[in-house]
Amino acid sequence: MTHLGYVAVAYAATFLTVAGLVLWVWLDGRARRRDLAILEAAGIRRRSAGEAQ
Amino acid sequence: MRWRQSRFPRLAGRRCRQADEVRLRSYARAWKDVGMTALLLRDLKLSVRAGGGAMIGVLFFMTVVAVIPFGVGPDLNLLARIGPAILWIGALLAALLGLDRLFQAEREDGSLDLLLMQETPLVLTVLVKCLAHWLATGLPLVLASPLLSLFMNMDVSAIGATMLTLLVGTPAITFIGAAGAAIAVALPRGGLLVSILVLPLAIPVLIFGVSAVYAAIQEPAPFLPPFLFLTALTLVFAVIGPVAAAAALRASTD
Amino acid sequence: MNEQSLAIRKFSDLANPTRFLALSGAVWPWMAAATALFFAVGLYLCFATVGDYQQGETVRIMYVHVPAAWLSMMCYSVMAISALGTLVWRHPLADVSAKTAAPIGACFTFIALVTGSLWGKPMWGTWWVWDARLTSVFVLFLMYLGLIALNRAVDDPARAAKVGAILILVGFVNIPIIKFSVDWWNTLHQPASVIRLDGPAIDPEFLRPLLVMAIAFTLLFFTLHVLAMRNEILRRRVATLRRLAARSAGRGASGPATAGRGEGHP
Repeated sequence: MTHLGYVAVAYAATFLTVAGLVLWVWLDGRARRRDLAILEAAGIRRRSAGEAQ
Repeated sequence: MRWRQSRFPRLAGRRCRQADEVRLRSYARAWKDVGMTALLLRDLKLSVRAGGGAMIGVLFFMTVVAVIPFGVGPDLNLLARIGPAILWIGALLAALLGLDRLFQAEREDGSLDLLLMQETPLVLTVLVKCLAHWLATGLPLVLASPLLSLFMNMDVSAIGATMLTLLVGTPAITFIGAAGAAIAVALPRGGLLVSILVLPLAIPVLIFGVSAVYAAIQEPAPFLPPFLFLTALTLVFAVIGPVAAAAALRASTD
Repeated sequence: MNEQSLAIRKFSDLANPTRFLALSGAVWPWMAAATALFFAVGLYLCFATVGDYQQGETVRIMYVHVPAAWLSMMCYSVMAISALGTLVWRHPLADVSAKTAAPIGACFTFIALVTGSLWGKPMWGTWWVWDARLTSVFVLFLMYLGLIALNRAVDDPARAAKVGAILILVGFVNIPIIKFSVDWWNTLHQPASVIRLDGPAIDPEFLRPLLVMAIAFTLLFFTLHVLAMRNEILRRRVATLRRLAARSAGRGASGPATAGRGEGHP
């Protein structure tokens, strides 16, 4: 009794969930940095701009 | 030492002032008692009046219990076996149904701000409001449960045990639900969210309530341990619930 | 005294979101590298060790299930500490921490539930058993989802933080009660055929990959948490700047605006 299929599915599910989490964090961060860049390009910046990045 | 005396020159009048203070404090206490009783009566009147929604809970309870036989079939033995559990689940859902109204009306007409500014500790105000809410919505559920037990083909001891556990257990749902209601008071669609937030926290109440009923009707299991745990839960939630609700009300209004 | 004031200064430095961004920006690549390293070693150990004579290959599911279950609880503790930080010390990063930990914790709890279910099917012959431990984790999952729903329902981040912190703490007080009552309930209804998870003592052969994987998962959590906190800070910064831009546009000033005042958190 090996049940290799269950092991494979368990690892795949774990991998997919973690990958989704990593992807979400990564894409979210990229989108936020792009938003900031767009705002900066429009001339809107914080008073303490420069040290922020 | 000398410095202190010079700061309070009228040391001779101290006894007199102490007496004054005691009297003032007792006035304040008496006024507070009047205030709390007035609040209790006001909330009771408001919820019993048309549109208050006290009877809606009982109607919902009856409907839920009446729908169950259509789902599981009219087998009377089966109904008698699952009856206590069904009654408890129905009461839990019905108690949750009216919870979002606990602070919502106060928020709409602005009296919530008055309650917040009062001299009385907010925790106490919340506790009184919980009691009023339970008297208006929880107690009718308890009183309606024997009638609904008959639909479920339960025998006398089961009916008595269900009623007793509901009497002791439903305040716990109101108390912990008050925390959820206070959290959801500032939200646009608070009603559904209250149920989602409160139901996981109310699981222990359901577990001990139902197991106390089953312990009462099934011979070997002792009735007292689960019943005492249920009582303890009610007392613990009577502390946690109002404290959390008061904190949430302060947080959501400032 | 010097050392203590230095430590306090370090801690309050961290309270400044800009400093936090700079510090975490320098640290997170190392954390990510350490996570990858531990995962490489851990996964190698997972598949290099022999299977259990009783459980067969399914014991390998434990190497991801147990760390995920451990994280599901640790994440809630992190959130409870953050909630205290919000309510008691009013640490400006505490609510960012609590808010971003909730989805991560929900994901790890989900992993624990799915892998546990996949372990239970060949071992117990059923996908789900109303076992005390499984039920408690499921209730924890529901609480995570409720917190996420609450965070999404409130617009104002400061208000959401306080209200969410209260709910987190109420849940934290309740978790032992729920665990105890579920244990009680389970002993009442315990079906005889169920094998308990905590069977015999664990062989060191299995303990080593389990430990490495637990460290790897913990590192993964902290890396993701730091990155998600950075994102949340940037999100709030963008929102503040947008509000500022809208305000200056409404005033009719077309020139470049400078922010800095009226900026709540970041």
